[in-house]
Amino acid sequence: MSALSRRAFIKTSTAAGTGLVISLYLPTSGRAEEQNALAPNAYVSITPEGKTTIVVARSEMGQGVRTSLPMILAEELEADWKQIAIEQAGASTLFGDQTTGGSASVRTCWDPMRKAGAQAREMLISAAAQQWNVPHESCKAENSAVIHSQSGRKLTYGALATAAGKLPVPDDPPLKKGGYKIVGKPLPRLDTPSKVDGSAIYGIDFRVPGMKYAALARSETVGGKVASFDASAARQMPGVSFVDKISDSAVAIVADSTWNAFKACRALKVTWDEGPNKDLTSSAILDSLRHADESKAVKFFSSGDVAKAAGRKVEAEYHLPFMAHAPMEPGNCVAHFRGTECEIWGPTQVPQDCRDTIAPLIGLKPEQVKVNITLLGGGFGRRLEHDYAVEAALVSKAINGPVKVVWTREDDMRCSTYRPVSLHKMSATLDERGWPVTFSHRIIGPSINGQKGAQPVNGVDADFPDETSFGYPIPNVLLDYVDTETPVPLGWMRSVYALQMGFASESFIDELAEAAGKDPLEYRLHLLSTDQDIKFFDAVWRTQRMRNVLKLAAEKAGWARPLPRGRYRGIACFGCFSTYAAQVVEISMEGNTPKVRRVVVALDCGQVVNPNILEQQIQGAVVFGLANVLRAQITIDKGRVVQGNFDTYEPIRMNEAPIVEGYYVPSTEPPTGAGEPPIPPLAPALCSAIYAATKKRIRALPILS
Amino acid sequence: MPNFTLRVNGVETTVDVQPDTPLLWVLRDSLELTGTKYGCGAGFCGACSVHVDGRLTHSCTMTVTQAAGKSVTTIEGLGANGQHSLQKAWITEDVPQCGYCQSGQIMAAAALLAQTPHPSDSEIAQFMAANICRCGTYARIQRAIRRAANGGAK
Repeated sequence: MSALSRRAFIKTSTAAGTGLVISLYLPTSGRAEEQNALAPNAYVSITPEGKTTIVVARSEMGQGVRTSLPMILAEELEADWKQIAIEQAGASTLFGDQTTGGSASVRTCWDPMRKAGAQAREMLISAAAQQWNVPHESCKAENSAVIHSQSGRKLTYGALATAAGKLPVPDDPPLKKGGYKIVGKPLPRLDTPSKVDGSAIYGIDFRVPGMKYAALARSETVGGKVASFDASAARQMPGVSFVDKISDSAVAIVADSTWNAFKACRALKVTWDEGPNKDLTSSAILDSLRHADESKAVKFFSSGDVAKAAGRKVEAEYHLPFMAHAPMEPGNCVAHFRGTECEIWGPTQVPQDCRDTIAPLIGLKPEQVKVNITLLGGGFGRRLEHDYAVEAALVSKAINGPVKVVWTREDDMRCSTYRPVSLHKMSATLDERGWPVTFSHRIIGPSINGQKGAQPVNGVDADFPDETSFGYPIPNVLLDYVDTETPVPLGWMRSVYALQMGFASESFIDELAEAAGKDPLEYRLHLLSTDQDIKFFDAVWRTQRMRNVLKLAAEKAGWARPLPRGRYRGIACFGCFSTYAAQVVEISMEGNTPKVRRVVVALDCGQVVNPNILEQQIQGAVVFGLANVLRAQITIDKGRVVQGNFDTYEPIRMNEAPIVEGYYVPSTEPPTGAGEPPIPPLAPALCSAIYAATKKRIRALPILS
Repeated sequence: MPNFTLRVNGVETTVDVQPDTPLLWVLRDSLELTGTKYGCGAGFCGACSVHVDGRLTHSCTMTVTQAAGKSVTTIEGLGANGQHSLQKAWITEDVPQCGYCQSGQIMAAAALLAQTPHPSDSEIAQFMAANICRCGTYARIQRAIRRAANGGAK
């Protein structure tokens, strides 16, 4: 045991600061099991001592759910925010689908967490009213206490918890209709203190007694398999205790430290059966999109008839490459197989999928697999895959002991799932004044959900309802999709198809405005000028709300004022995850290279729960998106990903980060997504600014390719 | 395995590891100081930044052999109880999102302020460009460094 054990340090440091303790590895049941506590549902419990615990049933990957979700419940509970403790739920059966993604945490937890808080509040009020023998209506809850105003009597939630816990749980408690005290306030994040002193525990930091460390050799050729391996050199390496194949496509090394595992993995000699993809290249994939059988196109949105109209025809083709999430924390997971049960600790966005996928692979039932969620060092959709957890479980079973699998950065870059490539064929006809009479958008590319075997929705990828949209009430519109196949593994990456759709659709609108000789903002506002509701799958897009965000972005960016010499700007808007987003991007040119100076983002995402966290999400989305829009792409050569680390796949660094200003339209509509919607307008607005500077249209990403 | 002695956060400690083990993995696996993060293993991202004899160092590219006999400061030892002026400024500005890179960001910022107590915005951006944040916290990092340089004021 070293003199520097930090466990004692953790105990003191997390209790300091705000007084709010984040308990990371508590039961997966969701409910605190203290006796005499009020625990009306899986989300909240209050002990006789007044300890109020709110359970977070989503994964914290930086988007602030360990703060924003408890705020929703605490609001209805009328809780003293300073007395709240947070518990992270693991995979459970009590919370419905716990997948964290699709900008959906606040959207999907808004109703259940409000109800959960209101149930507890009503029971506490009833307990007090009974004790004082006064009508329920004459009492009110405030600051974790119930007050009888007429008599000035007051009882704390702690004092009422036991009595309240014996009362029936109301099915339909009244919910607040405004007058919020917590929701809408820019409260500081509860997890910040632990993230500045090194005490926050991510998956890669987690350890259990006796734990070993594993590294895996995986086929870097897409779809390749292990033909044979020579473990003799690896077995001789220091600290190595196990070398064996754990699946068709991976050999695992287990050692006594991460470094020894990494080193031995490099010494392992694997002969790969590279399979049918060993000559695959990115250009061949693009060619396959260009030559796709377009007679298979499936219509997913239409109005009028695009074939009917005649006029001036405009056409363009756009293309996007594969992209990688590259979260700062590489893949990892701790697993402990114990014969009749297996426990997992890891950074996952899909705890239930991990549980259900792992169980049959190690001969257990789902209820015998317990999945705990650590902090996530970035998600961006990468941790919607269960691959790290499956590997850890298989290795743990193979060695019959606890193990932590750690991926190298190269593993992360080359053995990942990628944002799919896509090709977009756009066409429109304009009337004599330049307004579009028809608008067609054909997306050609592989389907993420299709590749994973998920059922299509209306014949297209099940993500389309959230991530595609068309908000302009043009008389004749057709959006259709040609599904192509690729062996390259596909995944959901922040904003998913909305990045592609926004880039192509809004860049093309910009081209139409140019063809019409009109200002790109005025052109859009004209198209949106009448109040209309556009039904798109099950959603409704309102022209009025899109107009509002466009105007807000334009006003804050000073669109009406001329720019200083050498500055250029573009504008775009796009709706996804039920949120409306508009952006103005301002650039200067350094030779042929654009430098993004300022990005103004306006959102309408319904009721904002925490403006402090919303600002983070807006700034983060722009910086994250900008890397891929500018230069970071994944290319395939000889069946393998070419890029391997941050030298060849370059994120945005501080000296290139633009000023990002985030604004939102005040709203009392239910909350919608925030983490992804600021991404799609970025590429088209930036490319419009480049066009303003150079008169050159960018129709393929990345811009600097 | 051979023994190496280093001073970590003021405490002399001896570890028994392979001579080519990066300091990063000594800190994380041997000493359980997991605030220092693995991001790239090649000095590209700065997540593993520590101070070695006062110099900002990528602990993923320095071996334990090179670190032996030296004094290492990690995020856990930067300020007593996490109360370094930069840590306080980071809390005030609510900088972290996922937080994974933030230990390295703070260690880099501490090295910057040690050499340039009142950096300009451009000096901050150039120096901090060695540290990647995928969540995009750069604007708040800049504000927090300015605040710390200003003695805690905005």
